[in-house]
Amino acid sequence: MSDAAVFDVNPAASVASESPLAACRPRVATLANAEGAGVVVRERAFLGHLILRGNAADEAFVAGVEQALGLPLPTKACGLSLAAEGTSSIQWLSPDEWLIIVPGGAEFATELRLRECLGGHFAVVNVSGGQTVLELSGTGVREVLMKSTPYDVHPASFPVGRGVGTVFAKSAALVRRVGEERWELVIRRSFADYLYRWLLDAAEEFGVHIAD
Amino acid sequence: MLLIYCPYCEEYREEEEFRPKGEAHIARPQNPEETPDEVWGDYLFFRKNPRGVHHEQWLHAAGCRKYFNVTRHTVSYEILETYKAGQHPASDRAPGVGTGGAK
Repeated sequence: MSDAAVFDVNPAASVASESPLAACRPRVATLANAEGAGVVVRERAFLGHLILRGNAADEAFVAGVEQALGLPLPTKACGLSLAAEGTSSIQWLSPDEWLIIVPGGAEFATELRLRECLGGHFAVVNVSGGQTVLELSGTGVREVLMKSTPYDVHPASFPVGRGVGTVFAKSAALVRRVGEERWELVIRRSFADYLYRWLLDAAEEFGVHIAD
Repeated sequence: MLLIYCPYCEEYREEEEFRPKGEAHIARPQNPEETPDEVWGDYLFFRKNPRGVHHEQWLHAAGCRKYFNVTRHTVSYEILETYKAGQHPASDRAPGVGTGGAK
């Protein structure tokens, strides 16, 4: 248990929240429904994002995270632990850094729970306001990714349950494969508008549908 | 384009993800107060610029954002090895003594 001062930074309903894409109007031809679309783009806004830092060689730390979140801490490079119901995940970012994504509103409880279960030298930071998640699904997604990133997204090198930080469309993003034809991009707020436009432009040729 | 092996991500990544950060293994003088100006100036400003094998620091800027070391040939651009920060290049190590991890 740590004695760090913590407070809930989620304004909940008291202040209106806007996604980074709130003001972005797509300028490409989009399909009205998902049927026949090669790429379905869906923003998963307002999720809880936490950055966790700690020592992966410390067994108590690894066990504490698993106890707090019910998910194994990925200690191998580019690992991604996904909850069966798909609501939360832990992604390896670097040897001592992970990104935890939980449903919106649950981030403060998750942070408290982590602080309860962990001891010693660690850090938990709420970065929910700084980034957003785009979910891409469909048969054309891999082609779109191939146009956007130098990373090899072939299934042989990028199986389900892998997540990498890489260059994406001259910017940077975390690319995660969460299902056979389902991918997630974790993008910075400041690049969200640009990357969203890039994605829609890249996906237009496959038929793109924007889901709610 | 170069493919550079990141010793932390444990795989080859595109050059675009990295930033070169200059010469590696520069030791700060132990006792700055008593270090002559010339030595301190060398430490601060003067870098090797060899034609041949060079040890450099690189940053995996778009990936794990860790610094690591690269032994690179400055003429052919061939990367001889990459190894984690704090380690020594394999060529400087006595056999079986090193900390490992270098590729």
